[in-house]
Amino acid sequence: MQAAVIVFPGSNCDRDVAVCLEAATGQAPIMAWHGDANLPKCDLIVLPGGFSYGDYLRCGSMAANSPIMREVVEQAHKGASVLGICNGFQVLTECGLLPGVLMQNKGLNFVCRNTQLNVTNNKTAFTSLYGAGEEITIPVAHNEGNYFADDDTLKQLQDEDRIALTYAKGDNPNGACLDIAGISDASGRIVGMMPHPERRAEATLGGDDGKRMFSGIVEVLS
Amino acid sequence: MKATIHITLKNGVLDPQGKAIENALGSLGFGGVDDVRQGKLIEVSLDESDADKARATLTDMCEKLLANTVIENYDIHLSEA
Repeated sequence: MQAAVIVFPGSNCDRDVAVCLEAATGQAPIMAWHGDANLPKCDLIVLPGGFSYGDYLRCGSMAANSPIMREVVEQAHKGASVLGICNGFQVLTECGLLPGVLMQNKGLNFVCRNTQLNVTNNKTAFTSLYGAGEEITIPVAHNEGNYFADDDTLKQLQDEDRIALTYAKGDNPNGACLDIAGISDASGRIVGMMPHPERRAEATLGGDDGKRMFSGIVEVLS
Repeated sequence: MKATIHITLKNGVLDPQGKAIENALGSLGFGGVDDVRQGKLIEVSLDESDADKARATLTDMCEKLLANTVIENYDIHLSEA
């Protein structure tokens, strides 16, 4: 299978994600630059965390309109699996692949700490190796992670079982609606999440709860 | 033409920065402040003299990039250069 990591000016988790993908797939992913107008056909595309384009205008808004994103959106519509982490989640909402928006944290502070998460839906392409409702620990590091959508959209996400990850009760770091930490599209192939699985993907990082996010998608695609 | 675009949060969308400013005004002794909302102002100079065409272009810009209509409203004001 072919995996790619999209690199925007200001991305800073791209290499960490590449290490996780190489560990899961056995081969180094394509590192695709934001200005590239072409992307070889991929089975899996990851939009990493960081501060693409310096977070100008709105987080993810500039990246969503970059040349490479036209390719990403097209391949996503044709069946590629896509994971957006943190800033990557913001890009996915700005480009319309996922609904809603990530607003500034309710507490006005950048939050960087471990969070307890519940795997609310373990049937997405990325969460299949977790137990239903399993509690896992994955860190967040963001200033704009406060998931917001109108009531109709939130109801639709609930009805269609598209809330993939929620912050455990009492551990919501940003004020997100319904404690949402990650959602998927209707097919479960496109997932956006604020926590950083690549930052907790091996024991030396303090734990490996994030590792199954990558090994899970590789298993699904193999 | 010159355009001034005000981008504001929709009613009902939480504005923590506005709330912090409101609290700061209160602690400075300014009474009677009921609510503060913070937004953005974007100025665009356009090579277009027809106001209707300019407004149509600016609306397209707002819908595609300048505003996120999930949470934001935009208001376009046009003036002669």
